[in-house]
Amino acid sequence: MKQLAVYLMCGRGTPELAEAAVDGGADLVELGFPFSDPLADGPVVRAAAERALAEGMRTEACLECLASTRERVAVPLVPMTYAALFEAYGWERLARDARTAGADSLIVADLPADERPELERVQLVAPTSTDERIRLAAERTDGWLYLVTLTGTTGARDALSPALPGLVSRARAATSVPLYAGFGISTPDQAAAAAELCDGVVVGSAALLAAEEGATALRRYVASLRSALDAGVTVG
Amino acid sequence: MLTYGEYGGRFVPETLIPALDELEAGWRAAFADDAFHAELHDLLTRYAGRPTPLTLAERFAPGKRLYLKREDLLHTGAHKLNNALGQAVLARRLGKRRIVAETGAGQHGVATATVCARFGLECVVYMGSEDMERQRPNVQRMHLLGAEVRAVEFGTRTLKEATSEAIRDWIANVETTHYLIGSCVGPHPYPELVRELQSVIGREAREQVLAVEGRLPDAVVACVGGGSNAIGIFAGFVDDDVRLVGVEAAGAASLGGGRPAVLHGARSSVLADADGQVLDAHSISAGLDYPGVGPEHAHLRDSGRAEYVGASDEEALAAFHRLARTEGILPALEPAHALARAAELDAELVVVCLSGRGDKDLAQVT
Ligand SMILES: Cc1ncc(COP(=O)(O)O)c(C=O)c1O
Repeated sequence: MKQLAVYLMCGRGTPELAEAAVDGGADLVELGFPFSDPLADGPVVRAAAERALAEGMRTEACLECLASTRERVAVPLVPMTYAALFEAYGWERLARDARTAGADSLIVADLPADERPELERVQLVAPTSTDERIRLAAERTDGWLYLVTLTGTTGARDALSPALPGLVSRARAATSVPLYAGFGISTPDQAAAAAELCDGVVVGSAALLAAEEGATALRRYVASLRSALDAGVTVG
Repeated sequence: MLTYGEYGGRFVPETLIPALDELEAGWRAAFADDAFHAELHDLLTRYAGRPTPLTLAERFAPGKRLYLKREDLLHTGAHKLNNALGQAVLARRLGKRRIVAETGAGQHGVATATVCARFGLECVVYMGSEDMERQRPNVQRMHLLGAEVRAVEFGTRTLKEATSEAIRDWIANVETTHYLIGSCVGPHPYPELVRELQSVIGREAREQVLAVEGRLPDAVVACVGGGSNAIGIFAGFVDDDVRLVGVEAAGAASLGGGRPAVLHGARSSVLADADGQVLDAHSISAGLDYPGVGPEHAHLRDSGRAEYVGASDEEALAAFHRLARTEGILPALEPAHALARAAELDAELVVVCLSGRGDKDLAQVT
């Protein structure tokens, strides 16, 4: 079965939203720990981070949010954040406290695979990555490899990135770890098309927009992705 | 891997790493190539107006020998052109036809728009909407030079956000685009590249002061936003027994009041809270209104080789007016901070980097 990962920003309502996402069929929830200057993020995630920070979601509060989410859902939880938070909190300490609070792995958007190999995390590769870098990232990744489908920041696009098939075939040649495609995927059709090539998909900005409408809207949106993934895509 | 003691490095999304590797390789090849240096030298002399003079400011600082290194007389009116010319030549060697840049005071944007016009490159400049208000003449200049100026309407609406947006543009267009960063900040190799391109200020100043005074200065003083004019003039004196003094805006004192943190791809001294969230800077001078600073400055501070002090908005304004009235020179508000501290420095022979001219600041000072 294709894996469905849903990104949510830490906040007061997040445990309930995570539960709705899992009810809708999410297999994994990424929890954004907001950073003031998120270089990898487009307007939707950036605005969500701004709101979360305004609401006081600093690292400690995010860890509490993670722990409360852990109490409500059984699926893997993966905090996604930036190096700045680790620098301030302490690299080992944040990794340890996140595990204690219920994290199954980590994603650090601005920490390339050659940096801090001791920090176990899901590594990202992009269409611009060389084969050598894809191999290195795959060797070091924690469980699955995150394929950034496009050269750009997070956010919905009109169509699935044409760079994805090439990236998938280069990654398959380098590794047998599961490949999840993320960035730019928002519609059920795009998710199904990406899942044809990969083992899982990650949906971020579109999930945040649905979450703004509340838990019911998020559940419905995630369920639409789930059924598209389960039905598979009709080619053509 | 950190590049300056415990500072520097590359904290950027994977998408950019191959481009940074390519940039570094291209930079090393260019730096080793006499033809690159010859082309740049030719541009700096015949197009930009180097060498810039060293002017004794006797009425501004009576009882001292205070010299101004006149980057205000460089084409486009600030030291920023040294870097923009060098990076434009490099971008062409790398086959990039599109340039993105950030700007605060607008001087780097104007310098970038200028070199893009000169070389026929497409130019997009990101600028915070607050800075577009307070540095209006430079926005008009960029338009006249054919650049597209994109207003950044969120967050601080100043240089910090403009830099983030320029980097995001680069991430999206990395195959065709060179990011022409405006100061010695950002991921490796940018801090080093910008330092080398600005070191012409220090090389000239050292030669010029030796020629007129027969000795090295007691102190060299420069304002520090991201730190490029300072690192450029310091480069000429760092191996000598000369005090190096950087002057930050008091409300943007990333070296005086910051902590180690990550911003815009590098670890440096940053105005940040205990959680690593970057704080807003505040300065009357758009070019110093930045919560970060080049990693090499953080390293020079920690090692004790350079000292960093602050000047308030009012002190900078007073120095602005004083230089105008005593020497007939309107400085930019950025180097006015350096002038404010230099005048009172316990040193006999001083060189101040007058990094730019003040025409852009008329609306702020009158
Ligand atoms: C005239 C002038 N001086 C100084 C600066 C600050 O930059 P840096 O610290 O990189 O020299 C600026 C920036 O816009 C400037 O326009």
